[in-house]
Amino acid sequence: MTWTTFFQQLMNGVSVGSLYALLAIGYTLVYGILGLINFAHSDVFMLGTYFAFFMIGIFLLPWWISVLIGVGLCALVGVTIERVAYRPLRNAPRISALITAVGVSFFIENLGLVTVGARPKGFPRPELMKNVYFIAGARIQGVTFWVPLISIAVLLVLFYLVYRTKLGMAMRAVSKDMETTRLMGVNVDRVILYAFALGSALAGIGGVLWACKYPQINPLMGIFPGWKAFTAAVVGGIGNVVGAMIGGFIIGLAEIMIVAFFPNLTGYRDAFVFALLIIFLLVKPSGIMGETLKEKV
Amino acid sequence: MKENTTILRVENLHVFYGGIHALKGISLEVQAGKIVALIGANGAGKSTALRTISGLVRPREGMVRFLDQDITGEASHRVVELGVVMVPEGRKIFPNLTVMENLFLGGYTRRDLEGIKKDLEWIFTLFPRLQERTWQKGGTLSGGEQQMLAVARALMSRPRLLMMDEPSLGLAPLLVREIFHIIEALNQQGVTILLIEQNAKAALEVAHYGYVLETGKIALQGEGKQLLSDERVRKAYLGED
Repeated sequence: MTWTTFFQQLMNGVSVGSLYALLAIGYTLVYGILGLINFAHSDVFMLGTYFAFFMIGIFLLPWWISVLIGVGLCALVGVTIERVAYRPLRNAPRISALITAVGVSFFIENLGLVTVGARPKGFPRPELMKNVYFIAGARIQGVTFWVPLISIAVLLVLFYLVYRTKLGMAMRAVSKDMETTRLMGVNVDRVILYAFALGSALAGIGGVLWACKYPQINPLMGIFPGWKAFTAAVVGGIGNVVGAMIGGFIIGLAEIMIVAFFPNLTGYRDAFVFALLIIFLLVKPSGIMGETLKEKV
Repeated sequence: MKENTTILRVENLHVFYGGIHALKGISLEVQAGKIVALIGANGAGKSTALRTISGLVRPREGMVRFLDQDITGEASHRVVELGVVMVPEGRKIFPNLTVMENLFLGGYTRRDLEGIKKDLEWIFTLFPRLQERTWQKGGTLSGGEQQMLAVARALMSRPRLLMMDEPSLGLAPLLVREIFHIIEALNQQGVTILLIEQNAKAALEVAHYGYVLETGKIALQGEGKQLLSDERVRKAYLGED
Protein backbone atom coordinates (compact mmCIF):
# COMPACT_ATOMS: atom_id res chain seq x y z
CA MET A 1 0.00 0.00 0.00
CA THR A 2 1.35 3.41 -0.89
CA TRP A 3 1.58 6.29 1.52
CA THR A 4 -1.15 8.24 -0.23
CA THR A 5 -3.70 5.41 -0.14
CA PHE A 6 -2.86 4.84 3.51
CA PHE A 7 -3.41 8.52 4.21
CA GLN A 8 -6.70 8.42 2.33
CA GLN A 9 -7.84 5.42 4.34
CA LEU A 10 -6.72 7.05 7.56
CA MET A 11 -8.80 10.12 6.80
CA ASN A 12 -11.69 7.90 5.87
CA GLY A 13 -11.40 6.00 9.15
CA VAL A 14 -11.27 9.22 11.17
CA SER A 15 -14.28 10.45 9.28
CA VAL A 16 -16.39 7.33 9.92
CA GLY A 17 -15.08 7.16 13.47
CA SER A 18 -16.14 10.71 14.26
CA LEU A 19 -19.68 9.82 13.18
CA TYR A 20 -19.71 6.75 15.43
CA ALA A 21 -18.43 9.01 18.20
CA LEU A 22 -21.32 11.47 17.74
CA LEU A 23 -23.84 8.66 17.86
CA ALA A 24 -22.12 6.79 20.71
CA ILE A 25 -22.38 9.83 22.99
CA GLY A 26 -26.16 9.59 22.97
CA TYR A 27 -26.09 5.93 24.02
CA THR A 28 -23.59 6.63 26.75
CA LEU A 29 -25.38 9.71 28.15
CA VAL A 30 -28.65 7.86 28.54
CA TYR A 31 -27.05 4.68 29.80
CA GLY A 32 -24.95 6.63 32.30
CA ILE A 33 -28.04 8.25 33.79
CA LEU A 34 -30.81 5.67 33.47
CA GLY A 35 -28.94 2.41 32.94
CA LEU A 36 -31.02 2.00 29.79
CA ILE A 37 -29.85 1.11 26.29
CA ASN A 38 -31.88 3.49 24.18
CA PHE A 39 -32.42 1.40 21.06
CA ALA A 40 -34.47 4.15 19.48
CA HIS A 41 -31.36 6.31 19.34
CA SER A 42 -30.32 4.96 15.95
CA ASP A 43 -33.76 5.82 14.60
CA VAL A 44 -33.44 9.40 15.76
CA PHE A 45 -30.24 9.41 13.70
CA MET A 46 -32.30 8.31 10.69
CA LEU A 47 -35.07 10.83 11.41
CA GLY A 48 -32.51 13.64 11.35
CA THR A 49 -31.73 12.93 7.71
CA TYR A 50 -35.41 12.80 6.72
CA PHE A 51 -36.26 15.99 8.59
CA ALA A 52 -33.46 17.79 6.76
CA PHE A 53 -34.42 16.10 3.48
CA PHE A 54 -38.00 17.35 3.67
CA MET A 55 -37.01 20.83 4.80
CA ILE A 56 -34.82 21.10 1.72
CA GLY A 57 -37.11 19.28 -0.72
CA ILE A 58 -40.55 20.47 0.32
CA PHE A 59 -40.05 23.74 2.16
CA LEU A 60 -37.13 24.69 -0.13
CA LEU A 61 -35.11 26.03 2.76
CA PRO A 62 -31.35 26.53 2.48
CA TRP A 63 -29.29 23.47 3.36
CA TRP A 64 -27.79 24.71 6.61
CA ILE A 65 -31.08 26.00 7.95
CA SER A 66 -32.81 22.74 7.05
CA VAL A 67 -30.15 20.80 8.91
CA LEU A 68 -30.46 23.02 11.97
CA ILE A 69 -34.24 22.57 12.01
CA GLY A 70 -33.76 18.82 11.54
CA VAL A 71 -31.39 18.66 14.48
CA GLY A 72 -33.81 20.65 16.62
CA LEU A 73 -36.64 18.29 15.67
CA CYS A 74 -34.42 15.33 16.64
CA ALA A 75 -33.95 16.82 20.09
CA LEU A 76 -37.71 17.20 20.33
CA VAL A 77 -38.25 13.58 19.29
CA GLY A 78 -35.71 12.40 21.87
CA VAL A 79 -37.43 14.36 24.61
CA THR A 80 -40.82 13.03 23.53
CA ILE A 81 -39.58 9.44 23.59
CA GLU A 82 -38.28 9.91 27.13
CA ARG A 83 -41.46 11.58 28.31
CA VAL A 84 -43.88 9.14 26.70
CA ALA A 85 -42.07 5.80 26.72
CA TYR A 86 -39.34 5.79 29.35
CA ARG A 87 -40.43 8.06 32.20
CA PRO A 88 -43.50 6.00 33.11
CA LEU A 89 -41.12 3.03 33.51
CA ARG A 90 -38.49 4.85 35.57
CA ASN A 91 -39.08 2.62 38.58
CA ALA A 92 -40.03 -0.51 36.65
CA PRO A 93 -37.60 -3.43 36.29
CA ARG A 94 -34.84 -2.74 33.80
CA ILE A 95 -36.00 -5.40 31.40
CA SER A 96 -39.35 -3.62 30.91
CA ALA A 97 -37.57 -0.43 29.91
CA LEU A 98 -35.29 -2.37 27.59
CA ILE A 99 -38.20 -4.07 25.83
CA THR A 100 -39.92 -0.70 25.54
CA ALA A 101 -36.79 0.75 23.94
CA VAL A 102 -36.79 -2.02 21.33
CA GLY A 103 -40.50 -1.37 20.79
CA VAL A 104 -39.99 2.35 20.24
CA SER A 105 -37.23 1.56 17.76
CA PHE A 106 -39.43 -0.82 15.74
CA PHE A 107 -42.26 1.67 15.90
CA ILE A 108 -40.21 4.51 14.41
CA GLU A 109 -38.65 2.29 11.74
CA ASN A 110 -41.99 0.91 10.62
CA LEU A 111 -43.65 4.29 10.79
CA GLY A 112 -40.91 5.40 8.41
CA LEU A 113 -41.52 2.46 6.06
CA VAL A 114 -45.25 3.21 5.98
CA THR A 115 -45.00 6.97 5.53
CA VAL A 116 -41.96 7.61 3.34
CA GLY A 117 -41.54 4.11 1.93
CA ALA A 118 -38.63 1.72 1.80
CA ARG A 119 -37.16 3.07 -1.41
CA PRO A 120 -33.93 4.98 -0.70
CA LYS A 121 -33.93 8.67 -1.44
CA GLY A 122 -30.97 10.70 -2.61
CA PHE A 123 -29.79 13.12 0.02
CA PRO A 124 -28.82 16.54 -1.33
CA ARG A 125 -25.29 17.60 -0.38
CA PRO A 126 -23.94 21.12 -0.28
CA GLU A 127 -21.13 22.03 -2.69
CA LEU A 128 -18.69 22.12 0.19
CA MET A 129 -19.01 18.37 0.66
CA LYS A 130 -18.60 17.59 -3.02
CA ASN A 131 -15.32 19.48 -3.45
CA VAL A 132 -12.14 17.49 -3.84
CA TYR A 133 -8.99 18.47 -1.97
CA PHE A 134 -5.43 17.41 -2.55
CA ILE A 135 -3.58 17.10 0.74
CA ALA A 136 0.02 15.79 0.74
CA GLY A 137 -0.57 14.28 -2.67
CA ALA A 138 -3.63 12.36 -1.54
CA ARG A 139 -7.01 12.97 -3.12
CA ILE A 140 -9.43 13.73 -0.29
CA GLN A 141 -13.14 14.18 -0.84
CA GLY A 142 -14.86 17.18 0.74
CA VAL A 143 -16.96 14.95 3.00
CA THR A 144 -13.96 13.04 4.28
CA PHE A 145 -12.37 16.32 5.17
CA TRP A 146 -15.31 18.26 6.59
CA VAL A 147 -17.20 15.51 8.41
CA PRO A 148 -14.52 14.87 11.05
CA LEU A 149 -13.86 18.59 11.44
CA ILE A 150 -17.50 19.39 12.07
CA SER A 151 -17.89 16.35 14.33
CA ILE A 152 -14.88 17.28 16.42
CA ALA A 153 -16.13 20.85 16.77
CA VAL A 154 -19.49 19.50 17.95
CA LEU A 155 -17.78 17.11 20.37
CA LEU A 156 -15.77 19.99 21.83
CA VAL A 157 -18.98 21.91 22.48
CA LEU A 158 -20.41 18.80 24.12
CA PHE A 159 -17.40 18.34 26.39
CA TYR A 160 -17.66 21.96 27.39
CA LEU A 161 -21.32 21.41 28.28
CA VAL A 162 -20.65 18.24 30.25
CA TYR A 163 -17.51 19.31 32.10
CA ARG A 164 -17.80 23.08 32.44
CA THR A 165 -21.45 23.98 32.95
CA LYS A 166 -23.90 23.66 35.78
CA LEU A 167 -26.14 21.40 33.71
CA GLY A 168 -23.21 19.12 32.85
CA MET A 169 -22.26 18.94 36.50
CA ALA A 170 -25.82 17.94 37.35
CA MET A 171 -25.74 15.28 34.61
CA ARG A 172 -22.56 13.78 35.96
CA ALA A 173 -24.02 13.84 39.46
CA VAL A 174 -27.29 12.19 38.37
CA SER A 175 -25.33 9.42 36.67
CA LYS A 176 -23.69 8.54 40.00
CA ASP A 177 -26.52 9.01 42.44
CA MET A 178 -29.98 10.17 41.40
CA GLU A 179 -31.45 10.46 44.86
CA THR A 180 -28.63 12.53 46.36
CA THR A 181 -28.75 14.79 43.31
CA ARG A 182 -32.40 15.46 44.12
CA LEU A 183 -31.34 16.42 47.64
CA MET A 184 -29.10 19.09 46.13
CA GLY A 185 -32.17 20.83 44.77
CA VAL A 186 -31.68 19.57 41.22
CA ASN A 187 -34.80 18.88 39.18
CA VAL A 188 -33.62 15.46 38.05
CA ASP A 189 -36.44 14.88 35.57
CA ARG A 190 -35.44 18.04 33.76
CA VAL A 191 -31.77 17.03 33.69
CA ILE A 192 -32.77 13.71 32.13
CA LEU A 193 -34.82 15.52 29.48
CA TYR A 194 -31.81 17.69 28.65
CA ALA A 195 -29.63 14.58 28.36
CA PHE A 196 -32.08 13.10 25.86
CA ALA A 197 -32.29 16.38 23.95
CA LEU A 198 -28.51 16.65 23.78
CA GLY A 199 -27.94 13.02 22.76
CA SER A 200 -30.68 13.18 20.13
CA ALA A 201 -29.37 16.44 18.68
CA LEU A 202 -25.96 14.81 18.30
CA ALA A 203 -27.62 11.83 16.63
CA GLY A 204 -29.34 14.24 14.23
CA ILE A 205 -26.06 15.94 13.36
CA GLY A 206 -24.46 12.51 12.95
CA GLY A 207 -27.28 11.40 10.68
CA VAL A 208 -26.99 14.38 8.37
CA LEU A 209 -23.21 14.05 8.15
CA TRP A 210 -23.60 10.34 7.52
CA ALA A 211 -26.01 11.14 4.70
CA CYS A 212 -23.43 13.50 3.23
CA LYS A 213 -20.97 10.65 3.20
CA TYR A 214 -23.39 7.97 1.97
CA PRO A 215 -26.10 10.04 0.26
CA GLN A 216 -28.80 7.37 0.13
CA ILE A 217 -31.31 7.54 2.96
CA ASN A 218 -33.92 4.98 3.95
CA PRO A 219 -35.94 4.29 7.12
CA LEU A 220 -33.66 1.44 8.20
CA MET A 221 -30.40 3.26 7.61
CA GLY A 222 -29.84 3.85 11.33
CA ILE A 223 -29.67 0.22 12.35
CA PHE A 224 -26.08 -0.65 11.46
CA PRO A 225 -24.45 2.65 12.38
CA GLY A 226 -26.47 2.43 15.59
CA TRP A 227 -25.18 -1.00 16.52
CA LYS A 228 -21.64 0.03 15.73
CA ALA A 229 -21.91 3.22 17.74
CA PHE A 230 -23.31 1.19 20.60
CA THR A 231 -20.27 -1.08 20.25
CA ALA A 232 -18.11 2.03 20.35
CA ALA A 233 -19.79 3.14 23.57
CA VAL A 234 -19.15 -0.26 25.16
CA VAL A 235 -15.54 -0.38 23.96
CA GLY A 236 -14.94 3.11 25.36
CA GLY A 237 -16.66 2.29 28.65
CA ILE A 238 -20.39 2.81 28.62
CA GLY A 239 -21.51 5.78 30.68
CA ASN A 240 -18.27 7.64 29.99
CA VAL A 241 -18.51 10.51 27.50
CA VAL A 242 -14.81 10.68 26.67
CA GLY A 243 -14.76 6.89 26.35
CA ALA A 244 -17.60 6.99 23.82
CA MET A 245 -15.59 9.35 21.65
CA ILE A 246 -12.44 7.24 21.87
CA GLY A 247 -14.47 4.10 21.17
CA GLY A 248 -16.03 5.74 18.12
CA PHE A 249 -12.67 6.56 16.60
CA ILE A 250 -11.31 3.08 17.39
CA ILE A 251 -14.26 1.35 15.74
CA GLY A 252 -14.21 3.64 12.72
CA LEU A 253 -10.47 3.30 12.16
CA ALA A 254 -10.46 -0.46 12.79
CA GLU A 255 -13.31 -1.02 10.37
CA ILE A 256 -11.72 1.00 7.56
CA MET A 257 -8.20 -0.31 8.14
CA ILE A 258 -9.20 -3.95 8.13
CA VAL A 259 -10.62 -3.40 4.66
CA ALA A 260 -7.61 -1.37 3.54
CA PHE A 261 -5.02 -3.90 4.67
CA PHE A 262 -6.96 -7.08 3.95
CA PRO A 263 -9.14 -6.33 0.93
CA ASN A 264 -10.31 -9.94 0.72
CA LEU A 265 -11.88 -9.58 4.21
CA THR A 266 -14.13 -6.75 3.03
CA GLY A 267 -17.21 -8.93 3.46
CA TYR A 268 -16.37 -9.39 7.14
CA ARG A 269 -16.25 -5.69 7.85
CA ASP A 270 -19.34 -5.65 10.07
CA ALA A 271 -18.58 -9.02 11.61
CA PHE A 272 -15.20 -7.68 12.66
CA VAL A 273 -16.76 -4.80 14.61
CA PHE A 274 -19.15 -7.09 16.45
CA ALA A 275 -16.35 -9.56 17.16
CA LEU A 276 -14.62 -6.64 18.84
CA LEU A 277 -17.75 -6.07 20.92
CA ILE A 278 -17.80 -9.68 22.04
CA ILE A 279 -14.09 -9.63 22.87
CA PHE A 280 -14.49 -6.50 24.96
CA LEU A 281 -17.52 -7.87 26.77
CA LEU A 282 -15.53 -10.99 27.63
CA VAL A 283 -12.17 -9.44 28.46
CA LYS A 284 -12.86 -5.90 29.66
CA PRO A 285 -16.60 -5.33 30.00
CA SER A 286 -16.03 -1.98 31.71
CA GLY A 287 -14.38 -0.66 28.53
CA ILE A 288 -11.32 1.50 28.06
CA MET A 289 -12.35 4.46 30.22
CA GLY A 290 -14.90 2.73 32.41
CA GLU A 291 -14.38 2.04 36.07
CA THR A 292 -15.07 -1.40 37.41
CA LEU A 293 -18.77 -1.40 37.98
CA LYS A 294 -20.01 -1.77 41.49
CA GLU A 295 -23.50 -3.08 41.79
CA LYS A 296 -25.70 -0.30 43.12
CA VAL A 297 -27.34 -1.21 46.39
CA MET B 1 -36.04 35.08 62.65
CA LYS B 2 -37.70 35.30 66.05
CA GLU B 3 -36.84 32.82 68.73
CA ASN B 4 -39.46 30.20 69.46
CA THR B 5 -41.14 30.40 66.08
CA THR B 6 -41.97 26.97 64.83
CA ILE B 7 -40.51 26.59 61.35
CA LEU B 8 -41.21 22.91 60.78
CA ARG B 9 -44.37 21.20 61.87
CA VAL B 10 -45.05 17.55 61.18
CA GLU B 11 -48.50 16.28 62.00
CA ASN B 12 -49.75 12.74 62.22
CA LEU B 13 -47.42 11.38 59.54
CA HIS B 14 -48.17 7.87 58.24
CA VAL B 15 -45.75 6.27 55.80
CA PHE B 16 -45.90 2.82 54.22
CA TYR B 17 -43.15 0.93 52.41
CA GLY B 18 -45.09 -1.62 50.44
CA GLY B 19 -47.08 -3.34 53.18
CA ILE B 20 -44.90 -2.15 56.04
CA HIS B 21 -46.29 0.60 58.19
CA ALA B 22 -43.03 2.48 58.81
CA LEU B 23 -44.34 5.63 60.45
CA LYS B 24 -47.50 5.36 62.50
CA GLY B 25 -48.67 8.89 62.97
CA ILE B 26 -45.72 10.87 64.25
CA SER B 27 -45.93 14.56 65.06
CA LEU B 28 -43.02 16.84 65.80
CA GLU B 29 -41.94 20.45 65.73
CA VAL B 30 -38.72 22.29 65.12
CA GLN B 31 -38.28 25.85 66.33
CA ALA B 32 -36.05 28.42 64.72
CA GLY B 33 -32.49 28.49 66.01
CA LYS B 34 -32.74 25.18 67.85
CA ILE B 35 -31.14 21.76 67.59
CA VAL B 36 -33.77 19.05 67.69
CA ALA B 37 -32.72 15.43 67.95
CA LEU B 38 -34.68 12.42 66.82
CA ILE B 39 -33.26 9.30 68.42
CA GLY B 40 -34.22 5.68 68.32
CA ALA B 41 -33.02 2.20 67.44
CA ASN B 42 -32.31 0.89 63.97
CA GLY B 43 -35.52 0.59 62.00
CA ALA B 44 -37.51 2.84 64.31
CA GLY B 45 -38.33 5.09 61.35
CA LYS B 46 -35.89 7.95 61.89
CA SER B 47 -34.57 8.01 58.32
CA THR B 48 -38.06 7.53 56.94
CA ALA B 49 -39.17 10.65 58.78
CA LEU B 50 -36.40 12.76 57.25
CA ARG B 51 -36.90 11.24 53.82
CA THR B 52 -40.58 12.08 53.97
CA ILE B 53 -39.90 15.68 54.97
CA SER B 54 -37.38 15.89 52.08
CA GLY B 55 -39.97 14.70 49.60
CA LEU B 56 -38.14 11.49 48.70
CA VAL B 57 -40.98 9.44 50.18
CA ARG B 58 -44.67 10.28 50.00
CA PRO B 59 -46.72 9.93 53.15
CA ARG B 60 -50.06 8.19 53.01
CA GLU B 61 -51.51 10.45 55.62
CA GLY B 62 -50.52 13.49 57.60
CA MET B 63 -48.96 16.83 56.89
CA VAL B 64 -45.59 18.54 56.74
CA ARG B 65 -45.58 22.31 57.06
CA PHE B 66 -42.54 24.51 56.67
CA LEU B 67 -42.83 28.24 57.37
CA ASP B 68 -46.58 28.25 56.82
CA GLN B 69 -46.30 26.33 53.57
CA ASP B 70 -47.71 22.88 53.09
CA ILE B 71 -44.82 20.83 51.67
CA THR B 72 -46.42 17.41 52.07
CA GLY B 73 -45.39 15.22 49.14
CA GLU B 74 -43.68 18.14 47.40
CA ALA B 75 -40.86 17.29 44.94
CA SER B 76 -37.45 17.15 46.61
CA HIS B 77 -35.93 19.94 44.56
CA ARG B 78 -38.79 22.25 45.58
CA VAL B 79 -38.26 21.40 49.25
CA VAL B 80 -34.57 22.30 48.89
CA GLU B 81 -35.48 25.57 47.18
CA LEU B 82 -37.63 26.44 50.18
CA GLY B 83 -34.62 25.91 52.43
CA VAL B 84 -35.04 22.43 53.90
CA VAL B 85 -31.82 20.58 53.15
CA MET B 86 -30.72 17.10 54.16
CA VAL B 87 -27.27 15.68 54.72
CA PRO B 88 -27.97 12.09 53.73
CA GLU B 89 -26.94 9.04 55.68
CA GLY B 90 -23.62 7.63 54.55
CA ARG B 91 -22.47 11.07 53.33
CA LYS B 92 -23.20 10.35 49.65
CA ILE B 93 -20.44 12.49 48.26
CA PHE B 94 -20.28 12.47 44.45
CA PRO B 95 -17.05 10.49 43.97
CA ASN B 96 -16.64 11.51 40.32
CA LEU B 97 -16.90 15.25 41.02
CA THR B 98 -14.21 17.39 42.57
CA VAL B 99 -14.63 18.82 46.06
CA MET B 100 -15.34 22.19 44.46
CA GLU B 101 -17.97 20.72 42.15
CA ASN B 102 -19.59 18.95 45.08
CA LEU B 103 -19.84 22.30 46.84
CA PHE B 104 -21.21 24.07 43.77
CA LEU B 105 -23.80 21.35 43.37
CA GLY B 106 -24.84 22.01 46.96
CA GLY B 107 -25.55 25.59 45.91
CA TYR B 108 -27.35 24.50 42.74
CA THR B 109 -30.56 26.39 43.49
CA ARG B 110 -28.76 29.70 43.95
CA ARG B 111 -28.13 32.37 41.35
CA ASP B 112 -26.21 34.96 43.40
CA LEU B 113 -22.59 34.38 42.43
CA GLU B 114 -21.32 36.91 44.96
CA GLY B 115 -23.16 35.20 47.79
CA ILE B 116 -21.86 31.81 46.69
CA LYS B 117 -18.28 33.11 46.77
CA LYS B 118 -18.82 34.55 50.23
CA ASP B 119 -20.27 31.31 51.51
CA LEU B 120 -17.36 29.36 50.07
CA GLU B 121 -15.02 31.50 52.14
CA TRP B 122 -17.16 30.96 55.22
CA ILE B 123 -17.17 27.22 54.61
CA PHE B 124 -13.41 27.11 54.19
CA THR B 125 -12.96 28.82 57.55
CA LEU B 126 -15.23 26.17 59.07
CA PHE B 127 -13.50 23.32 57.25
CA PRO B 128 -9.96 24.40 56.34
CA ARG B 129 -9.14 20.84 55.30
CA LEU B 130 -11.55 21.08 52.37
CA GLN B 131 -9.77 24.12 51.00
CA GLU B 132 -6.58 22.09 50.60
CA ARG B 133 -8.50 19.52 48.59
CA THR B 134 -10.70 21.62 46.30
CA TRP B 135 -9.46 19.99 43.08
CA GLN B 136 -9.43 16.46 44.41
CA LYS B 137 -12.18 14.06 43.42
CA GLY B 138 -14.72 13.50 46.18
CA GLY B 139 -14.08 9.77 46.12
CA THR B 140 -10.46 10.22 47.21
CA LEU B 141 -11.33 11.87 50.55
CA SER B 142 -11.21 10.02 53.86
CA GLY B 143 -14.44 9.18 55.68
CA GLY B 144 -14.12 12.14 58.03
CA GLU B 145 -13.35 14.56 55.21
CA GLN B 146 -16.32 13.23 53.26
CA GLN B 147 -18.59 13.92 56.21
CA MET B 148 -17.23 17.47 56.42
CA LEU B 149 -17.83 17.86 52.69
CA ALA B 150 -21.38 16.51 53.02
CA VAL B 151 -22.16 19.11 55.69
CA ALA B 152 -20.38 21.87 53.77
CA ARG B 153 -22.23 20.94 50.59
CA ALA B 154 -25.58 21.21 52.36
CA LEU B 155 -24.60 24.59 53.86
CA MET B 156 -23.89 25.93 50.36
CA SER B 157 -27.63 26.16 49.76
CA ARG B 158 -28.04 28.48 52.77
CA PRO B 159 -30.48 26.14 54.50
CA ARG B 160 -33.12 27.49 56.82
CA LEU B 161 -33.41 24.00 58.25
CA LEU B 162 -30.52 21.57 58.09
CA MET B 163 -31.48 17.93 58.56
CA MET B 164 -28.69 15.49 59.33
CA ASP B 165 -29.10 11.74 59.00
CA GLU B 166 -26.64 9.91 61.26
CA PRO B 167 -23.70 12.28 60.81
CA SER B 168 -21.50 10.30 63.20
CA LEU B 169 -22.09 6.91 61.60
CA GLY B 170 -18.89 5.04 60.79
CA LEU B 171 -16.56 7.73 62.08
CA ALA B 172 -13.72 7.27 64.57
CA PRO B 173 -14.53 8.55 68.12
CA LEU B 174 -12.32 11.59 67.72
CA LEU B 175 -14.11 12.57 64.54
CA VAL B 176 -17.48 11.97 66.12
CA ARG B 177 -16.60 14.55 68.74
CA GLU B 178 -15.47 16.96 66.03
CA ILE B 179 -18.73 16.53 64.11
CA PHE B 180 -20.79 17.34 67.20
CA HIS B 181 -18.61 20.40 67.82
CA ILE B 182 -19.37 21.50 64.30
CA ILE B 183 -23.09 20.94 64.82
CA GLU B 184 -23.01 23.14 67.92
CA ALA B 185 -20.89 25.78 66.19
CA LEU B 186 -23.27 25.91 63.23
CA ASN B 187 -26.21 26.26 65.55
CA GLN B 188 -24.52 29.14 67.35
CA GLN B 189 -24.18 30.83 63.98
CA GLY B 190 -27.94 30.59 63.64
CA VAL B 191 -28.53 27.38 61.69
CA THR B 192 -31.57 25.39 62.79
CA ILE B 193 -30.83 21.67 62.91
CA LEU B 194 -32.92 18.52 62.94
CA LEU B 195 -30.59 15.70 63.81
CA ILE B 196 -31.16 11.98 63.80
CA GLU B 197 -28.72 9.75 65.57
CA GLN B 198 -28.16 6.32 66.99
CA ASN B 199 -25.55 7.89 69.21
CA ALA B 200 -28.26 9.05 71.60
CA LYS B 201 -25.97 10.43 74.29
CA ALA B 202 -23.98 12.70 72.02
CA ALA B 203 -27.13 13.86 70.24
CA LEU B 204 -29.08 14.67 73.39
CA GLU B 205 -26.11 16.50 74.87
CA VAL B 206 -26.19 19.07 72.07
CA ALA B 207 -29.94 19.09 71.44
CA HIS B 208 -32.35 21.61 72.89
CA TYR B 209 -35.23 19.26 72.39
CA GLY B 210 -35.49 15.58 71.61
CA TYR B 211 -37.92 12.96 70.40
CA VAL B 212 -37.55 9.23 70.97
CA LEU B 213 -38.89 7.12 68.14
CA GLU B 214 -39.92 3.51 68.73
CA THR B 215 -41.26 1.31 65.91
CA GLY B 216 -42.76 4.20 64.03
CA LYS B 217 -44.20 6.10 66.98
CA ILE B 218 -42.98 8.91 69.19
CA ALA B 219 -42.48 7.20 72.55
CA LEU B 220 -41.07 10.12 74.49
CA GLN B 221 -40.22 13.74 74.04
CA GLY B 222 -38.71 16.51 76.08
CA GLU B 223 -35.78 18.84 76.48
CA GLY B 224 -32.44 17.27 75.67
CA LYS B 225 -31.09 17.27 79.24
CA GLN B 226 -34.38 16.03 80.58
CA LEU B 227 -34.35 13.04 78.20
CA LEU B 228 -30.74 12.31 79.09
CA SER B 229 -31.69 11.79 82.68
CA ASP B 230 -34.91 9.93 81.91
CA GLU B 231 -34.93 6.42 83.33
CA ARG B 232 -36.32 4.75 80.20
CA VAL B 233 -33.94 6.53 77.85
CA ARG B 234 -30.98 5.60 80.03
CA LYS B 235 -31.96 1.95 79.99
CA ALA B 236 -32.87 1.59 76.36
CA TYR B 237 -30.46 3.91 74.57
CA LEU B 238 -27.57 4.77 76.80
CA GLY B 239 -26.82 1.24 77.96
CA GLU B 240 -27.03 2.08 81.64
CA ASP B 241 -29.11 0.37 84.26
